[in-house]
Amino acid sequence: MYESVIGLEVHVQLNTATKLFCGCSTEFGSQPNSQACEICLGLPGCLPVLNQKAFVYALKVAMALGCRIREFTKFDRKNYFYPDLPKNYQISQYDLPLAEEGFLDIDINGRSKRVNIKRVHLEEDAGKLIHSQGSSLVDLNRTGIPLLEIVSSPDINSSQEAYEYLNSLKQIIQYLGVSSCDMEKGILRCDANISIKKKEDSKLGTKTELKNMNSFRGVRDALDFEIKRQLKLLESKESIAQETRLWDEEKQMTYPMRTKEEAQDYRYFPEPDLPPFTIDSKMQEEIRKTIPELPQQKMKRFREDWGVPAGRANILASSIELADFSEKCFNLYAKAENITNWICGPLLSEMNNRKQDINQINITPKNFVDLIIFFDQGKLSNLNTKNALAAMIDSGKEPGIIIQEKNLSQISDSVKLDEIVSQVIKDNPKSVNDYLQGKENAVMFLVGQVMRKSKSKANPKMVREILLKKLKKA
Amino acid sequence: MAIDKNTVKYVAHLARIKLNEDELDLLSSQLESIIDFIDKLKELDISGVQPTSSVLAVGNVFREDKPRASLTAEESLSNAPEKKDNFFGVPKVIE
Ligand SMILES: [Zn+2]
Repeated sequence: MYESVIGLEVHVQLNTATKLFCGCSTEFGSQPNSQACEICLGLPGCLPVLNQKAFVYALKVAMALGCRIREFTKFDRKNYFYPDLPKNYQISQYDLPLAEEGFLDIDINGRSKRVNIKRVHLEEDAGKLIHSQGSSLVDLNRTGIPLLEIVSSPDINSSQEAYEYLNSLKQIIQYLGVSSCDMEKGILRCDANISIKKKEDSKLGTKTELKNMNSFRGVRDALDFEIKRQLKLLESKESIAQETRLWDEEKQMTYPMRTKEEAQDYRYFPEPDLPPFTIDSKMQEEIRKTIPELPQQKMKRFREDWGVPAGRANILASSIELADFSEKCFNLYAKAENITNWICGPLLSEMNNRKQDINQINITPKNFVDLIIFFDQGKLSNLNTKNALAAMIDSGKEPGIIIQEKNLSQISDSVKLDEIVSQVIKDNPKSVNDYLQGKENAVMFLVGQVMRKSKSKANPKMVREILLKKLKKA
Repeated sequence: MAIDKNTVKYVAHLARIKLNEDELDLLSSQLESIIDFIDKLKELDISGVQPTSSVLAVGNVFREDKPRASLTAEESLSNAPEKKDNFFGVPKVIE
């Protein structure tokens, strides 16, 4: 039995207004090189100054990941020559990262698995290169944007675990509100180290490093490909080269990066332009206070306090905004199960259709709950509740007003229903006959006809009763 | 500590500096005497002394997350030997 051993290195852009060491804007999509200054360009005589917000954001993430926070931390220069980095060094952290030894618990088919976090540190992003005919073009707008590097231990043993790890990490960081973690947009980047070994062996196999994945699914697919590739080599007793391989999304395969494979020598040394940082317990406490309830605690509380089933609790806690919305609803109307069903079904599908999240979609917890109460009291049919929901989102109006305006109120008046049912029986002699011949399904059809005739307003339970009574007499 | 020519060559490569044979010889001996001079520090007993990462007596110097004007692309590019559509132009770095 073989086992894969995977470690992930994640870089996340923090959503500060300015860069890590200068006041240049971090806004995306501006004209090339319009957001760079003497610090970004590495001009002589300028001094970097750390963005406090980026520092606090980094510590928040580190704390949420249960890391040990260093009391004394500093920045270092990582020296290398590449045109995306005009200073010829990146300001990063080497031997005293701001946090170490954390963990992330992931859920694998209902069982919890702990992945240890080796370190969390801050560094600056590099510029962007565009390769054109004969030359490369450099845009330095991205240079200096704060990046948080989060390195896992090689505790991940399958592509699925890697996928879950990324999802959980993203969820926590989004809860903290410090990054959108959008991998398609390059806000979150992930490299993977992977090797294969026999399960009983303690010695690790030769690892390859995978780069160039553009989505969580890409990471999973790249790992799956690489696991198969390494297995094949092992089984045919060929050797695995320690190398960096790039994922080709289109061809769904990895291929070796063609560079002169010389050992990198970054000659790290302490950044003399930035005095070191002391993170005392007071600063830690102040930051810790701002950390909201995190997804796992939230799910647990939804299950235990409100009786929401685990799968549904996962959905409700998928974003802090949706979790807050759900909880506000529960507090207004204690039938958590009904609310959960209406959120996970109709509301989420409205959100999907409109490509809006819960913040953007035009509905308050109060209006949403009132709508569900109308349904629970039998005043709205299922279909018309959904229709009313859509109309409420379109207009922002209260459900009561929508029901009146659109005349959606459910017909539970037996005299009225009797009338419609009689008409339907008269209009569909064939189906009536089918039913009398023993075809039970014909009732469904007839109920459907009544619903149609009543513009979905008829109370389906009553319709069925009245219909059956009449058919028995027929 | 002896600094041989290969070490000098390696360091020169890391710094992207091209040196001829004469310069390599000269720098080997110069670097050797510099390192020897610094090696004197090894004679001191520094057990129990924390490594110094900064000689400044300050710490926790922060900046507020407030944007300020950047240079214009024109200004940034004014010293660039090559430019194209507000980009810096550099020799192609990928084949
Ligand atoms: Zn700048």
